[in-house]
Parts: sequence; C-alpha cells; structure tokens
Amino acid sequence: MMTMDQPSVTTSLLYLDGVSVTFDGYKALRGLSLTLAPGEMRAIIGPNGAGKTTMMDVITGKTRPDEGDVLFAGAHDLTKLDEATIAELGIGRKFQKPTVFECHTVDDNVLLALKAPRSAFATLFGKPAPGMRQRIDQILEITRLKDHRFRMAADLSHGQKQWLEIGMLLAQDPKLLLVDEPVAGMTDAETAQTAELLREIAIDHSVVVVEHDMTFVRDLGVKVTVLHEGSVLAEGPLDVVSADPRVIEVYLGR
Amino acid sequence: MTRSATGCSAAGAGALPLQSGKSRTRMVETLSLLLGACLILAAVLLVAPQARAQSTSDVLVAFTTDKFPDTERALNEIATSGLPTAPQIVEALTNNRLWFNGPARKLYFTNEAGAVFDAATGAPAPDVLTSGLKHVRLNNAVRRSLDAARGALTLMSSDPARRLAAAESVFKSRDASALPLVEAALARETIEANRKSLEEARAAIVASDSGAPEARRLESVEILKNRGDQDAVGILSTIANWSEGRVKAAAESASGTIQARLALWRNVQNIWYGLSLGSVLLLAAIGLAITFGVMGIINMAHGEMVMLGAYTTFMVQEWARNAHPGLVNYSLFIAIPLAFLLTAAVGILIERLVIRFLYGRPLETLLATFGISLILQQAVRTIFGANNREVSAPPFMSGSFDFGSLSIGWGRMWIIVFAIAVFFALQFVLRATSFGLRMRAVTQNRRMASSMGIDTNRIDAMAFGLGSGIAGMAGVALSQIDNVSPNLGQSYIIDSFMVVVFGGVGNLWGTLVGALTLGIANKFLEPIAGAVLGKILLLVFIILFIQKRPRGLFALKGRAVEA
Amino acid sequence: MQSTLPLAGLLDRRGLIFLGVLASAALLMPVLALLIPANSAFAIPPYLVALFGKYLCYALLAVALDLVWGYCGILSLGHGAFFALGGYAMGMYLMRQIGTRGVYANPVLPDFMVFLNMKELPITWWGFQSFPYAMLMVLLVPGVLAFCFGWLAFRSRVTGVYLSIITQAMTYALLLAFFRNDMGFGGNNGLTDFKDILGFNIQSPATRVALFCASAVALGAGYLISRAVVTSKFGKVVIAIRDGESRTRFLGYRVETYKLFVFTLSAMMAGVAGALYVPQVGIINPGEFAPTNSIEAVIWVAVGGRGTLVGAALGAIIVNWGKTFFTGALPEYWLFALGALFVLVTLFMPKGVIGTLDQLKARRATAKATAERNAAQAGE
Repeated sequence: MMTMDQPSVTTSLLYLDGVSVTFDGYKALRGLSLTLAPGEMRAIIGPNGAGKTTMMDVITGKTRPDEGDVLFAGAHDLTKLDEATIAELGIGRKFQKPTVFECHTVDDNVLLALKAPRSAFATLFGKPAPGMRQRIDQILEITRLKDHRFRMAADLSHGQKQWLEIGMLLAQDPKLLLVDEPVAGMTDAETAQTAELLREIAIDHSVVVVEHDMTFVRDLGVKVTVLHEGSVLAEGPLDVVSADPRVIEVYLGR
Repeated sequence: MTRSATGCSAAGAGALPLQSGKSRTRMVETLSLLLGACLILAAVLLVAPQARAQSTSDVLVAFTTDKFPDTERALNEIATSGLPTAPQIVEALTNNRLWFNGPARKLYFTNEAGAVFDAATGAPAPDVLTSGLKHVRLNNAVRRSLDAARGALTLMSSDPARRLAAAESVFKSRDASALPLVEAALARETIEANRKSLEEARAAIVASDSGAPEARRLESVEILKNRGDQDAVGILSTIANWSEGRVKAAAESASGTIQARLALWRNVQNIWYGLSLGSVLLLAAIGLAITFGVMGIINMAHGEMVMLGAYTTFMVQEWARNAHPGLVNYSLFIAIPLAFLLTAAVGILIERLVIRFLYGRPLETLLATFGISLILQQAVRTIFGANNREVSAPPFMSGSFDFGSLSIGWGRMWIIVFAIAVFFALQFVLRATSFGLRMRAVTQNRRMASSMGIDTNRIDAMAFGLGSGIAGMAGVALSQIDNVSPNLGQSYIIDSFMVVVFGGVGNLWGTLVGALTLGIANKFLEPIAGAVLGKILLLVFIILFIQKRPRGLFALKGRAVEA
Repeated sequence: MQSTLPLAGLLDRRGLIFLGVLASAALLMPVLALLIPANSAFAIPPYLVALFGKYLCYALLAVALDLVWGYCGILSLGHGAFFALGGYAMGMYLMRQIGTRGVYANPVLPDFMVFLNMKELPITWWGFQSFPYAMLMVLLVPGVLAFCFGWLAFRSRVTGVYLSIITQAMTYALLLAFFRNDMGFGGNNGLTDFKDILGFNIQSPATRVALFCASAVALGAGYLISRAVVTSKFGKVVIAIRDGESRTRFLGYRVETYKLFVFTLSAMMAGVAGALYVPQVGIINPGEFAPTNSIEAVIWVAVGGRGTLVGAALGAIIVNWGKTFFTGALPEYWLFALGALFVLVTLFMPKGVIGTLDQLKARRATAKATAERNAAQAGE
C-alpha cells in the first residue's frame, strides 16, 4: 500500500513537492507535497486558512510559489506557465464563489467554455465546429439547465449557477478538474445530486474536490487529504483520517 | 604711490590691444593723442601727491580746456580728489550733461530736468543758461577714463554695498588699470567681506598679469581657488590658457578643484530643488493617498479641493487686509484651519451626495467626481473671475538665507516643513486615534467592522472629509508658490495620481517616498533634458514602472488585494 | 440558429435604423446643402455642414471608445490621443498640400518650419505629400501606439483604475510633447491654414458636403466593424473578459491578446475619426491631447449607453449639440451643465439613454408576461 503511494514524477497526473507560498510574511503554504494519479478523484479538507484555495491558485498559475515543484502529467512545469496555458493543458477550475459570466446567456457560457481553439484569430474568423451544438445540448441536459439556456446567467438561482459552472467545466473537457466547494449554499437534495454528478465525471476525469461538507465528502467515497497550516496533515480514506488524533485536534481545537 | 604710477602706465599699455580689437582705423587717428596723453599722464602722476594736495579747482579747470588729454587727466584725478561733487560730475559726463564756460573756466552740470548747477559746489546756478555753455566732449580714450573714474568713485563710495559691488565688477573685468585703485581701496577698507572681495579682485588682476612675479601670481591663483565660483573658473581657465609652467599647472588644478566642488553643489542644489518640488507633490498627493490609496475612491475633484484651499487663503487675506490690517501677516495661520474645515465640509458633502452611491464602482466614481471638478471650477470662475488672484507672502515666508553656495528661500523651506508636518500629523491620526483605528478597520474589512458596531457610513464620510481637508491645507501652501486661479487644481491632479500610484496604493510612506523621488528625479532630469522633456520622460518612466510593478513601489501583497 | 445566419446577428433592428438614418443623411446632405437655393427654408448653410460633420467624427470616436469600454471594460482616458494623432497625420498631409501658397512660399517646408529656421523637412514628415501614405499613417500611428502601450499594459495586467490613470498620463505626456516646437509639429499653434484636400478647395461647400458624407460612411463602417467584432464568438470572449477577467483566463483564453486586439482596433478607428475631423474644423493643435477631451468622450458614451454602440454615437451627438447650444447661448453655464451631466448620468442613468430604454422595455415585457400569467391563473 505505502509503496503504491510513493510519489512518482512520471506516472502521476499532478505532482506537488515542497511547495511554499508567503504573503507578506504569512505562510499560506509550507512545504506542501501531494500527488494525484491519472483518473483519481481526491477530496481535500481542512480548516479555514489551511491553504486549500492557495493550493488551487498555485496549480492554476494564479499564484507563483516561492519554492517547490508543481508538475502536470510529468512534463509541464506549472510554476512557469500562465493561467491560459495551464487551462489549455487541460486543467479546469471551479471557483468557491460561483463565477459565471452574468451578462451572457447560459448557452453562451457553455459555448465559451467548450473545448475549441482559444486564439483571438480563431474566435474572430473561425467557423463553429460540427457537433458543437449537440455537445452543448448534452451538457445542458446533464446539468439540468436545458430549459434555461437563453436566460441570462445573472438570473439563475445560486444552485443553478453552481451547476452551470460544473457544466462549463465539463465543456472544457479537462484532464484534471479542480472543484472548490461545489455544494456551498446548496440544499441537501442538490448536494446529493452534485455528488452523483461528480462521481459520474470522475469516471473519465481526474478530480480534486475541496469541500467543508463532511456528508458530501462521505458521499463521494474517495481518498481524503487533510491540509493544515499549509501542509498535508493526513491522507487516506475518510474513516481512517477522521480517526487520526491530530486531525481531531485540528478540527475540534485545543 | 610709486606702485600706482607703474599701474597707470600699465593701463596705458593695456589700452592698446583693447582698442585694436575694436577699430583699427580709429586707433591710428587717436594714437598720437594717446601717446600725448600717456606722457602727460606719467608726468602728472609723478607729481601726483602734490597735485592732489594743491586744490580741487585744478581738476575742475582741466575739464574746461576743451582738450581730450586734459579731460582725461581730470577724470583720472577726480576719484581721489575728495571733491564732494565728483560723483555728480562723473554722472553728468556719462549722460552728456556736463557743461563748461571756456572763458570763465567754470564747470556746470545739469540734472535731468535741465536745471543748471555749479560743479564746484553743487549749488544751483539759476542765472546760468546752457545756451551760453559748451558740452564737455568725449572720445574713446576719455570714455575709458570715465569708466575707470566711475569704478574708482564707487570703490571709494561711502556706501559699503556699493563698494562691494564695485569690487565685484573689477573682479569680473580684471581691468589692470584698476589695480592701484583696488590697492588704495584695500588700504582704507575695514569691512571684512569687502576686503575679501577686493583681495579677490586684486588676485584676479595679478594672476592674469603675465608680467607679475610668479610667486605673487601663484598666491593669487590660490585666492581665486578659495573663491571657488563659476567666475573664478572662468578666470582660471583663461590664465591656464595664456600662462606656462607652474602658474599654468596651479591654475588648472585650482580650476579642477573648483569645478569638482561646484558639481557637488549643483547636486546639492538639485536635491534641494527636488525636495522642494517633492514637498509640493507630497502636499498635493497626500490627501489623495487617503481617498484613493486607503479608501479606493478615485476623486478627480481632488485638485479642486486644493484650489478651494488656495481661494480660502485669498479670502482670509482680503478679509484681514480690510478689517484687521495687523493680521495680514498671520493670515496663513488663520487660513490653514479654515481651509481644512471648508474643504472637509465640501468633501463630506460630495461623499454623502454622490460618492456613497458609487462604492464598488471605481470607474463611475471617476466620472462623477470629474463632473464635480468641472462644476467647482466653473463655480469659482463665476464668483472670483478667471484671472489669477494675488496672495501675498508674509515676511517670514520671503527672503532667503545662504547655506554653503546655496541660497535657500524661506518660502520653500517652510513649505517643506509644512508638508512633512502634515504627513506626520496624518500618520498620527491614522495610527494613534480611535478614528484612525476605525477607519483602518473599515478599509480592511468593511463587513467585519460594521458588525463590530462601527458606523461605516460615518467613517467613510469622515475619511473622505479628512482627505479633502488635507487637500485644502495643501492649497494654502500652494497659494504661496503658484497662481491662484480656477485651473490651479487641474495642474496637480495627474501628478498627484502619479505619486500615489508610483508610491504604492494604501501606503502613506510610499506616497512620501514617491513624491520626494519624483521631485528629485525631475530636478536632475531638467538640466539634462529641459523642463518639458524631463517631465515627459518622468511620465513615460512611471507608465513603464506601473507596468512592471502594477501596485507601486511599496505594494501590499496577498489575497486581500484581490478582493 | 445564430450560427446559420451570421448577418441576422450582425444587424438588429436598432442597427438597421441607425445605418438607415446615416445613409439618408449622407444622401440628403448634398441636396439640402448644394442643390436647393440658399434662401430655401430647408437649405443647410456650409457652416452647419461642417458642424454636423464634426459631430459624426465625435460619434465615431465614441463608437471606438464604446468598443473598449462598453464591451471590454477598459476605461481609456486617453482615446483623445489616438484621435489627435490621426488628426495630425491628416493635418500633415494638408500642410504639405499648401506648397508655395504659404506665407513664405516654400515649396517643401510648411510655414512654421521656415519660421523656426528649419533647413530641411524632418524625417517624420517624409511621404506626407502622398494621400495614400498619409491615410496609412492615420491608421498606423494610433494603431502602433495603442499596440505598444497595450502590449506593455495588458501583459503586466494593469487593469481598472490604474489603466485609466496611465492612459491619462499617456495623453498628457503627448500633450506636453506636441507643445514643444522642436517636435516639428507646429508646437503651440499646431497645423492650420489648410488650402485643399485631394485638389479640392477645403473651404468650398461641395468639399464640406463630401467630407460630411465621408464621415457618415466612416461612422457606418466603424459601426459595422465593431458590431461584427462584438457579435462574433470573439465578442463573447471580450464581454466575458469585461465581467470576469481571471475566470476567462482559467477557461484558457489569452486575455491580453484579446484586449490588445480590441484596443488597437479601437485606436485606429479613433485615428480615422480624428483624420476626418481636422479638414472639417480646419486646425489641429496640441489642445486635442488634453486629458479633459478624452474624459469628455467617455461621458458621450455614458450618456448614450455603453455597450450599445448606437448609444455611444447618439450620446456623442446629443452632448455635442448641447455644447454648441450652451456655448452659444449661455457660455457661463456649459461647464455646470457638463459637470452635472457627469454626475447625474453616473448616478441615475448608469446604462445611458439606450440602456435605460432597453430596461424600460424589458420591464414592460415582464410586467405584461406576469399580467398574462396572472390572468391565465385567474381563468383556471
């Protein structure tokens, strides 16, 4: 078991080693190391300020680490690339707060996310690819937004926006999905549906989910990484992790 | 006295090359005259002590012979003759108002109105008509003597300031003929500064004189070196060009030393001017550092707050002049708090009426406040007119004092002091008062502050009022150095934004460093690139700088910034 | 369905009306200004032709500004600089056309150069005797400046207010530079005393009408180009950048390239507007670079409604008509009116005239729909 988990640069999809980030003296990440195998789904939990969002920022190129390696698919050094390039490599991100394009229709939001050439020339003069409409329909079907396709994204409910964002993530068809608190502000029924949706997605994608909601994490039924003060505190199945005295201490306080 | 004789003959010799430079044809004509003049001059000078002792009437008579050599002789003697009317006579001759009656051997001068005076006594001579008199005539040789006489008269003047000016002018002309006069003046001079100036004048003449003994010339070069200004450099380099051996080497090295020292002082001066400009920028920008830097409000009407402060100063001064003339000199002290209160009130009004509806929409705030700036400008133009208004400087703001080779104006000096004082007062308000604490709390986390019972609306209004009030105080200071006109604010707004952005938003120290850096950089660029180009270069630099460091010199980092 | 009919997306009803009005103005102007007798009630005197032509140039500048601000969220406070640069390029052509008719009758050097004792034509002026070259410069000079400026600014992610402030600094720096005599662009006085354009007397009524029509065509073309850009997928990306720059980045779009394209295109349109403006007003001087001018252009867009293109053009015409009226009738009050306009529009009409109309229409539609639904429910 332990030997299987040995971090390997070449076989892992995502490889973080000794990553540190400092903001004005505050250490957001200190020596964070984490690997994700291709096709794996991972839940990341941790108290506020544990560095979850900063970790996502580092992976997507928003924040540059002070030190440490961040490799994607064994070949791409993510610390050297910008957000757009990283996104084009196949890393998609869903934000904590739903961020959809409010002045665009649901349909256009998905269209913008849809995997297609991203260059200015292509979007200005390019012809839409065949099958594009079907793909959009399919995604709207999955995210149950088909009836709302011509509404402005701004007019959607909070849950619908969360789903639209997941739909946009699907449209990107990334190799790796980073999902930050996907069920925040959702009803229990919506939460269960979202868990189901994510499990479906995980069949042919690698997924990293950051979440506070323990029920939701339990529903996902995947390996859990606990972050604390910018580094990994524990890793393993939820039952094992939640029995770890250090994790209990961090969560329940001293 | 013997030395004065040799000096004068040197003057005659020295006159030749000077004239040859001007006009050769005339020189030939006057050569004989000059020769004669020199002979007579030498003869006269040999008996000079007696001649002087004889009587002043001799001098006067010499003017009446209608012969150039006599006139020259008279002029050469008049300075030391002790004649009380000597200055008037020389002045009259310069302006062609010196008359004589040949047969009667009497000399007269007229004033500008044409009234006739007896030259011997200076008493009015109303019965004498100029129609019966002849002008004392001038030729080039006489004019030279006239100039020398004027110089000599001032060197011997009873007014110390005039003596000093005369010594300086001899220093600059290095006229060898003046040497005996300089010596004579030096013998009588008691004021230290004047003595120094005279010694330098003598040194300039001696060091330039290739006939003087080497030791004396070296000594003179040393004196010139100690003088150490641009004029000394000019003389020393001429000497270096025309001399050889040790004098040349000494002059070169002295000139080098002076130039190095002058370069140092130029830098000191640039820094001083830069600090002065920087303090002005700081004053203009510091209020903006609160409204823009701390609160994130783009206040395009900030410059107009400065303008209102300047007009407040004008109003206070006018009021004092009319109602309490004794207060005019202290009106600035009344204007400072008044300007603060007035502009703070205007600021709070603007915040309550307009800006508070636009929080979180910085670009809209920019447009709305620009509109307000137009309204304020036009309002002031309508009330006070478009012309500049005069705000006079109180005595303690005028004049200057010397610091090394630097002349430091009191006005500039106090503005720097005022800017620094305002800066630290503001730091104190922000760091050490409960208002400052609450304000910082609101800017860091509005919702948190609100839930802790801070009235965020009130704090917003007060903070904006504070920023505006500081701009008003800046206006009081700027009224001293800039034209008080409705456009006053416009000229500062872009600079102020540049300072705040360059220094780093949300950081008062950044504003201080930004303002002083830009001020000094501007003054160092000016001599190289010219004022306008220097300013353009600086703007381009800041544009590039912001692109390199979008958050300024002292940027805040971290997630808080993104929000 | 949008993809099958590209033109349907390109021109909506409002766009058609706008282009229709422009086309009829361009067709009617020659008739009203040239053909019917001058004493007729419908006749338009030449000075009005130039005035309306000027409005059209401002409208084109507003459309260009709306493209960057309304759609891409870049509030440029320096678009007046691109306008002025286009104007200077045209002015230089017009100066070279004067030839020996100048005061000093120098066949090559414009008067101010002779006056400044310049011996030969500066390199910056070479080629400007050729109209095609000058027109190329009208596009290239603003374009290249915008490209270089944008390349630096967008790549280092200078956004929002910071960008606005440095665009303002840019035009301010140019203002100072063009005031200098040794820049070789006429210093303080700028370029003026133009004689003719393409061989036609610049003062003649026919030329004025032709310039008016050219402005109308340029405005129409500028509108169509902008509309084509914003209705394409590219345009959707640009709007996405406006509303969520970093989100767009995380979708894999290279935001800086998009911004750069829009900014440069807009600058070139502003340049064309400036080039048409100069022969109609007869002068170009450094005052055109004044930051205030650029900010005024922003208010035109805001008044008309940003992000609507037609609104921007409309706003430019309304505000400038107001300016003409006020400065003629109540000069004292123009700045009060303009200032109040800034404040009131941002406070009470943030979407501008067109945007507010749209809102009202939408509200009425929802009210109608609700009423119908209520009626239907009541019927059940």
